Amino acid sequence: MRLSTKAVTLLVLSLVIAVAPLFFPSTFYYRVGSLIFINGLAVTGLVILIGYAGQISLGHAGFFGIGAYACALAPAHLGLHPVLAAVLGAVLSGVVAYVVGKPILRLKGYYLAVASLGFGVLVAMVLANEAWLTGGPDGIAVADPGLRALLRGFGVDLSNAQFWYGFCGLVLVLGAWLALNLYHSPTGRALRALHGSEVAARTVGVDVARYKLNAFVISAVYASVAGSLLALQNRLVTPDMAGFMHSIEMVTMTVLGGAASVPGAILGAAILTALPQVLTVFQEYEQLMLGLVMMLVMIFMRQGLLPSLARLLRGRGG
Amino acid sequence: MSLLRVEGLGIDFGGLRAVHDVGFSVGPGEIVSVIGPNGAGKTTLFNMISGLYLPGRGRVSLDGADVTGMEPHLLAARGLSRTFQNLQIFQAMSVLENVAAGHHLHEKGPVIADMLSLPSSRRRSRQTRDSAHALLERVGLARAAEHEAGSLSYGALKRLEIARALALEPRVLLLDEPAAGCNAVETEEIDRLVAEVAAGGVAVLLVEHDMRMVMRISSHIVVLDHGEKIAEGEPASIARNPRVIEAYLGAQAGEANDAVG
Repeated sequence: MRLSTKAVTLLVLSLVIAVAPLFFPSTFYYRVGSLIFINGLAVTGLVILIGYAGQISLGHAGFFGIGAYACALAPAHLGLHPVLAAVLGAVLSGVVAYVVGKPILRLKGYYLAVASLGFGVLVAMVLANEAWLTGGPDGIAVADPGLRALLRGFGVDLSNAQFWYGFCGLVLVLGAWLALNLYHSPTGRALRALHGSEVAARTVGVDVARYKLNAFVISAVYASVAGSLLALQNRLVTPDMAGFMHSIEMVTMTVLGGAASVPGAILGAAILTALPQVLTVFQEYEQLMLGLVMMLVMIFMRQGLLPSLARLLRGRGG
Repeated sequence: MSLLRVEGLGIDFGGLRAVHDVGFSVGPGEIVSVIGPNGAGKTTLFNMISGLYLPGRGRVSLDGADVTGMEPHLLAARGLSRTFQNLQIFQAMSVLENVAAGHHLHEKGPVIADMLSLPSSRRRSRQTRDSAHALLERVGLARAAEHEAGSLSYGALKRLEIARALALEPRVLLLDEPAAGCNAVETEEIDRLVAEVAAGGVAVLLVEHDMRMVMRISSHIVVLDHGEKIAEGEPASIARNPRVIEAYLGAQAGEANDAVG
């Protein structure tokens, strides 16, 4: 039997995650890897919003921030376990996305980009200024979720970096599986249809406003879970996690790899996450580079890296 | 009993009366054609009936129920489906998926089930796939099923739109120039397809410029000029109607001037 594209994508992704550590020159690369997986997860959510449904959000770092701060605040103030706090953050992000998106997505056009931009800035400002709750610009510590200790109980002893590498990798594969399922499902078809022609989608019965809202809520939950993972791994949250630059970074990763392609977007996340970690030059000029990458992609390969390469390989040209 | 009834329908764009006081009805199995010179308001009329424009005046009813100004997706749920004069294809999707998207109302289900690829979701997709294949077979596009829709010829895209509109299993079908840009053979195929659909009990409303096709398959013709209905009746009587002939000759003279200028 021929394997479906979905199965191949998931297999390759799992294989790369499992095999890559064999080539790591130092344990530092586990850390780079888990950062890639966390960004990859957030970006997979954006594939559903941007790539499937054709809607732009410039404030997704806001949801990333909600997920991250939920892991810091809920255990301290509500006595929740950090993992449950992550679930609470995801639910909260979903609800907030619903409330923000509901009135906006009734309108046609790019209102969501503007509204989400405002929302993201708002979240970042609250996190930076309400120091009594959030610790202000210095951030706030996150309790140990105790997952590593749990694993040690089963006789698996991993270093901290190894554990988070594996755990984030697992969540990424799960997130990719859900997103790929969605792509080929009736809901995914409706989303891609309204992206292709909103008028035609409406006339075949797609409740366009509702489906856009679904995509926005789902992508917000992805960003929130990614934020929670980073908070739990770093054991520290800071307001820049929710900052505007982070939102732009996520959108750039998505369009670089290929907005409509889950593996493409993960590749985009990998490139833009690894470069500043490995090349310090890139780190200094990160904002400049992000702008440059975004422009080059839009001019030379509007479908993104992976779809363009795939076309080239099939001999049809970019 | 008419499935689609339009009464006193009108709309203005700024100061312009685009459509004024148009009324007619279409029964099950009937093919009613709307003809008229370019700019007569045919597509505007279609856009009002299918819920894309909110009518300024008048009433549209579907199977006796008032549906004036209802959202297109709700009209679709009541069995009204349409095609577009300027194609509205889902370009990035495959030919099969375009038709599958037309099955939306039959295949939609909970998002969670779709994300988890639960058996219920896979079953819905499979059923859609099967009936989409059957529809492509019917319009002669079965062999192009896996092609990207954007790669098809104009005539093929016209048929693809019809297949997508039929996927809804409509009771009322609005076709906006289905044969435009098609060659004689393709026109004849579309002709046969439309007649077949009507024979199945669907009420068909047609805008078409190919007069031979219109005369051949219409049970009834409505003629618009400058947004108003100037004639209505059997094909034979319309062909002899002096007002219709005048409207058309006038329009043709106008077009000739445009081409020269």
